[in-house]
Amino acid sequence: MFGKIKLPARPMNRRSFLKVVGLSGAGFMVGCSESTDAVEKTSSGMRSTVSTVDLGPFVRINSDNTVTVIVKHLDKGQGSTTGLPAVVAEELDADWSQMRAEFAPANTEVYKNLFFGVMGTGGSTGMANSWMQLRNAAAGARAMLVGAAAARWGVDAADIHIANGVVSHGESRASFGELAADAAAIAPPAEPVLKDPSEFTLIGTHLPRLDSNAKTDGSATFTLDIDRPGMLIAVVAHPPRFGASVSSFDAAAALDVAGVEQVVQIPQGIAVIADNFWSAKKGRDALTVEWDESGVDRRGSDELFAEYDAALASPDGKVARSDGDVDAAFAAADKVIQREFRVPYLAHATMETMDCVIEYRGDAAEIWTGSQLQTVDQQIAAGILEVDPSSVQIHTQFAGGSFGRRAVPNSDYVAEAASIAKAIDGRAPIKLQWTREDDMRAGYYRPMSSHILEGALDTDGNITAWRHRIAIQSILAGTPFAGMIQNGIDASSVEGASNLPYAIPNVHVRLNDMDTSVPVLWWRAVGNTQNGYVTEAFFDELARESGRDPLEYRLALLKDHPRHTAVLNLAASKAGWGENPGEGRGRGIAVLESFGSVVAEIVDVSVDQQGNFSVDKVTCAVDCGIAVTPDVVKAQMEGGIGYGLSAALREEITITDGGVDQANFDRYRPLRINEMPDIDVHILPSANPPSGVGEPGTPPFAAALAAALADATGKRVYRMPIGDQLQA
Amino acid sequence: MAFKLNVNGETVTVDVPADKPLLWVLREDVGHTGPKFGCGIAQCGACTVHLSGQPIRSCVMPVSAVGEQTITTVEGVESDAALAIRDAWRELDVVQCGYCQSGQIMSATALLEQNPSPSDDDIDNAMSGNLCRCATYKRIRAAIHLAADKLEA
Repeated sequence: MFGKIKLPARPMNRRSFLKVVGLSGAGFMVGCSESTDAVEKTSSGMRSTVSTVDLGPFVRINSDNTVTVIVKHLDKGQGSTTGLPAVVAEELDADWSQMRAEFAPANTEVYKNLFFGVMGTGGSTGMANSWMQLRNAAAGARAMLVGAAAARWGVDAADIHIANGVVSHGESRASFGELAADAAAIAPPAEPVLKDPSEFTLIGTHLPRLDSNAKTDGSATFTLDIDRPGMLIAVVAHPPRFGASVSSFDAAAALDVAGVEQVVQIPQGIAVIADNFWSAKKGRDALTVEWDESGVDRRGSDELFAEYDAALASPDGKVARSDGDVDAAFAAADKVIQREFRVPYLAHATMETMDCVIEYRGDAAEIWTGSQLQTVDQQIAAGILEVDPSSVQIHTQFAGGSFGRRAVPNSDYVAEAASIAKAIDGRAPIKLQWTREDDMRAGYYRPMSSHILEGALDTDGNITAWRHRIAIQSILAGTPFAGMIQNGIDASSVEGASNLPYAIPNVHVRLNDMDTSVPVLWWRAVGNTQNGYVTEAFFDELARESGRDPLEYRLALLKDHPRHTAVLNLAASKAGWGENPGEGRGRGIAVLESFGSVVAEIVDVSVDQQGNFSVDKVTCAVDCGIAVTPDVVKAQMEGGIGYGLSAALREEITITDGGVDQANFDRYRPLRINEMPDIDVHILPSANPPSGVGEPGTPPFAAALAAALADATGKRVYRMPIGDQLQA
Repeated sequence: MAFKLNVNGETVTVDVPADKPLLWVLREDVGHTGPKFGCGIAQCGACTVHLSGQPIRSCVMPVSAVGEQTITTVEGVESDAALAIRDAWRELDVVQCGYCQSGQIMSATALLEQNPSPSDDDIDNAMSGNLCRCATYKRIRAAIHLAADKLEA
């Protein structure tokens, strides 16, 4: 999703938060200090009878012999509260049944994402950046436990054995819980001895998710479930169009609604505050707001696409990649194929709408939310509340999905909650509750884009040149993260396109930055979703135009990409590539590298005479380095494919007159169970460090589906979503 | 207005507006936060609870319409089918973000209570009102079959 994040080093207020300066460098921190200051004793309601000992900031040994891993990454379903504890359990030689997880408090120095330099989750980096950090932390904690046992038993530490959470020497036995207090007094080793991967007993095996119990009996706590003494609920009337602001409002009818206590204007709109959600919502319904729409950009999707297409047709643009002499190669081509693609705005449409609880007490604040960028949320809230960021505590909660939505450079809904808290002088804790309509209409969206792809073929059907023009709005431009744009090109705009892996001698990728008032944001795999679709769908068409098998056509150009080759071959062998799919059926293949992982997918479809189709099966092969918890990897591939299928079938946010047309799941219609295909996931064995899994399952899907539909029907889809295009 | 409700076998009295949806009464006035808010228009199923054993979308059910009917939430469902469903969900690690799963489990439990050996089509019919953006559908289907097999055994 993103690389090193640059933020202002001091609290941001609304005036200064667009000014970006560098944050101090990200030093690598080994998590074995004995300091407990960094680890906040958060309220999981279990500490009355259980005492705890922290062996560094990540490993907490409890007197009931459970081990709590302090998880610095949000769990929005991708399994960080299982995968990160698995790394710790492995190096600690713990028993899986004793492992627990708890979200880390917001503390950038201790819990930063080592790839970002700030505390945050995204870009499928959770495991990748934590891998060595947690192995070191756990191996250090293990050495401390061993040291404590050696001292207690008067034996050599080298003769102490740990297995399944039991520390032993001869007949002597002790649990972690029994040794923890002594262990805390042992100096951690400067360089903990890590296991050789051949010694792993937990990593790579099936480990049940640590959150399955709480998420199946209703006890898991999401932000929606947070209750604080005296807490009030805020529902906000947002502008109906992007760029509008409050001109005037009449709160009288809203205040007449029983339960409504206060109506306040904030920069984001009008907040109706009540002692319960239903009153707040009815109060908002009763509110009269006059909006100043003089600043509204009234262009709709059709106009925007026309402008995007015009930009592509112009000679202007930024060069994202240039290999060889594309113009000469096209001039010499035996055959040139040109195709135009369009992909729409997409909503994240997380099941849990945006929500945030805030308690502001003049000089300090506490926030409860599914925070994905704690450092940013903390700094922006601090700026609004005019307190020091260190005075803003964040209690990260399970998030009911994110797909990128909760990692917002301007912390939109956290800022909104802070603005409300400020407006009422912190007289009560506030829960900001977005309705589905807010969630779908107030931002954010995966950017729409237009593409022109051109391929030059020689007389043998080989690709001699490839040109890709992209018109898209930058996610980073105009945000506090704008400093991450390098050489004028937002990497999110061109990822999946500028890194085209095929050995084509002449390649040109060009970017036209578009400007709209529609707020855009990363969306599960970001640029790889649209660029992966158009490049791989177009590649498939070139293969078919050349009379070549799409798999062989790829393999011939991927000789320098062994991981791509391996996942393609694995998927192909598992799916039985090359077998005739049969009448009314079709099969397509695609491969894409994203977030350090490479995924190949083969899609089988059935299409009837009317053009109705179903996706019958998806065969997926993934190389994500060492698969720490393989079942979680499989679940992420399944979910990533389902997310891609959902978008490909029907999902589309359209803009009319500067506002969003869709407001709820009646018009924005995600995938349902009856449309879910069988999915068969295969993990390539690997000794490489773990890479991303939360996002990489999504990008290849749309192209493989489009290829399968073309195989079945001869019709190619150049516009997403597919909708009823095959029925036309 | 005061309403007497039977929730998970207990009688509770709440004083709320007649049009307040059962979902918010359960969450804010009774204290059962298992049922979740997702859409408010009965399109996603995150709020599913049982009313006299039938799965309903509590986000659009005014509390005044409940009457004498028994209400069961994910916290209180404990039939053999419910236990089998929950066990199967855990055995197959169905959940991802988990937000929709209370509703999924209530719909799946109602299905198994009425149809001990559902086909794939039966599952589609019973479960297609419950959205899951993590797309755990494949495992939901497998877990329902697993629970049915275990109940039968």
